Amino acid sequence: MEISNLPISPSIRSKLLSKGYTSLSSLSSISPSFLAQELSVKLEEAVEVLRAVSDTTTSKSAHIPYGIIPGAVTAWDMLSEEQMQRHISTGCEDLDAILGGGIHCKEVTEVGGVPGIGKTQLGIQLAVNVQIPVEYGGLGGKAVYIDTEGSFMAERAYQIAEGCIYDILDKFPSNSREFLSCKERLQVNNFLAGIFYFRICSYTEQIAVINYLENFLTEHGDVKLVIIDSVTFHFRQDFDDLAQRTRVLGGLSLRLMKLSKMFNLAVVLLNQVTTKFTDGSFQLTLALGDSWSHSCTNRIILHWNGNERCAYIEKSPSVPSASAPYLVTGKGIRGINSNFKRARIM
Amino acid sequence: MANKLISQMGLPPSLSHVFSARNILTAKDALSLPETDLMTLLDIDIALVRSAVASISEATCPPFQTGLALLEEKMKSGGHLSTLLPGLDNALCGGIPFGALTELVGPSGIGKTQFCLKLALLAALPECYGGLNGRVIYIDTESKFSSRRMIEIGEGSFPQIFRLQGLAQKMAERIIVTRPTSISEFNDSLQQMKLTLLQNEVKLLIVDSIAALVCWDNEKGTISSRQSPLRGSLSFLKSIAEFSQVPVVVTNQVRSHSSDDTFHYIFKGHRKDTSNSERSESHLTAALGIQWAHAVTIRLIFEAHSGHRFIKVAKSPISPPVAFPFVVESSGITLLNQEGISVAGSEINAIRCKGCNILTQ
Repeated sequence: MEISNLPISPSIRSKLLSKGYTSLSSLSSISPSFLAQELSVKLEEAVEVLRAVSDTTTSKSAHIPYGIIPGAVTAWDMLSEEQMQRHISTGCEDLDAILGGGIHCKEVTEVGGVPGIGKTQLGIQLAVNVQIPVEYGGLGGKAVYIDTEGSFMAERAYQIAEGCIYDILDKFPSNSREFLSCKERLQVNNFLAGIFYFRICSYTEQIAVINYLENFLTEHGDVKLVIIDSVTFHFRQDFDDLAQRTRVLGGLSLRLMKLSKMFNLAVVLLNQVTTKFTDGSFQLTLALGDSWSHSCTNRIILHWNGNERCAYIEKSPSVPSASAPYLVTGKGIRGINSNFKRARIM
Repeated sequence: MANKLISQMGLPPSLSHVFSARNILTAKDALSLPETDLMTLLDIDIALVRSAVASISEATCPPFQTGLALLEEKMKSGGHLSTLLPGLDNALCGGIPFGALTELVGPSGIGKTQFCLKLALLAALPECYGGLNGRVIYIDTESKFSSRRMIEIGEGSFPQIFRLQGLAQKMAERIIVTRPTSISEFNDSLQQMKLTLLQNEVKLLIVDSIAALVCWDNEKGTISSRQSPLRGSLSFLKSIAEFSQVPVVVTNQVRSHSSDDTFHYIFKGHRKDTSNSERSESHLTAALGIQWAHAVTIRLIFEAHSGHRFIKVAKSPISPPVAFPFVVESSGITLLNQEGISVAGSEINAIRCKGCNILTQ
């Protein structure tokens, strides 16, 4: 790495170059006061420059024993961690099965589909299911719902929470003492209070809220799920310069991935569809372009298969591509073969 | 929020000056650039850029609410405009929701404007009669608004009210009709409306029809332009709806469904779907494309087949997919069956207009 790649402001960089400091080694044994005098800058600025130099050199040098890089973990440790990780159930057993248990934490999952297929329904279902207490097999965490289109309806969230609680109590009819206390927590109002709702009206606000999430999540440490519904809407409307849009989206997705790893939560992005000209005809594909499709860890496409709604895993590093049918019922997202009396199809 | 001035955000003055010197005045300007670009532009180091961006983001970010608070707010403000069609109101959990975009789409002559006229009347009625007791803004792009017909609907549906002296006039005075002739005029009226909606107690906004605006602009012919001319108006309409918590009803036209329209995902491969070919003659699809379809919150499809007309709830976060047969009478639209017919699968999105006997019915 040379001087031109250091994260310092351009005016200081040009001063360094004009004074003849072209490589890092030339700065390795200079004191801050000398540098300040040479460049005619303030002492603090010279200290900053030298700190930037030392940061880059230490990360490059391999004088750390046993070749183990600070901050890395071994694959075995990661495996043990992953096995202990709980997943967020989607409500449909078949879909959970092909996902390897449900939506994974520490990963960014993108869900896309045509209008009316159930993306918002899935989003609200996940926001409810993440709150299922640990004793009942859930994560016991809260959810952040970032709504860019105004599709979140509180009444529907109420119905879905009600349906979820009903099914839990049906599945775990035990009346033992340890369950009694968490039974009290299973109230619809508690579930609704555990969803933090942001309504975003422009792409600037979308960028702002994702930047602000780091502070928010530090304050509210029990959030285990962040949903953005939908990540596309404002970016399709107001952006004229597509190259800039790609750069901004790239920054957003990096930040989301960092948040998911740092706070050990799942990030779910809902996306719209558009048509793309490939192989001589127009095909349906998820919006925001090809570069965006690389940004997410997992990708699920919801589509119509005849008269059935189906979820197809298009991209995942850990599970194979597979399809699972699901239903949207009065109680939320459910599987085709629910144990209960035929789920009344909404 | 996007146009919030950086100078008013409480950043340290030296930092504010640097931003304004480079003409980055609003949050939108600052947040649209990646951090490294900002660093180069402003000539300050990266840590300072990061903390500035974090402060700007915090100031620009809207406040959050919990789901519970949202629900309580909804319960307090009623939340729905009842259409007085019991089956439809049940399916929509109360009626046309406040703060969301409801779309009515269907072939011409099927009854969309009739529905809108009745809604306008219902919103203007005093609360004791089930109305919202407010003003209505009716944006009429195709010159279809007929006040005579509206009074006729009023007299048919609420005979006891409309015979009262002067009430018909009072109702009619609450309905404000505007006729923009281009998208820019439409956008201008929307801008002005944003402030006056609350001041003037407007309780309903109807745009009949929005597709006509796009058609005028597309007169040069090429509908293949990927960027819809309605982009700015769309998000603005939605934000007006939410900001003032009024229902917004928009009507849309249909166009014929060519075989190119049956798009498939790449992973599905190429399938010759012969079953679709015989449907394509009578098959229609909503105008304005898939981007618009994503943007509306509720879509009600008006269609005709097997000798009847139907209202289908095609896209709604809170309703099952049902269809209601209806007729248009002197008192407006009446449902023939309040229970609704359940429609399975992707049929709910199809729009049919079989036969020309709509006119003779």
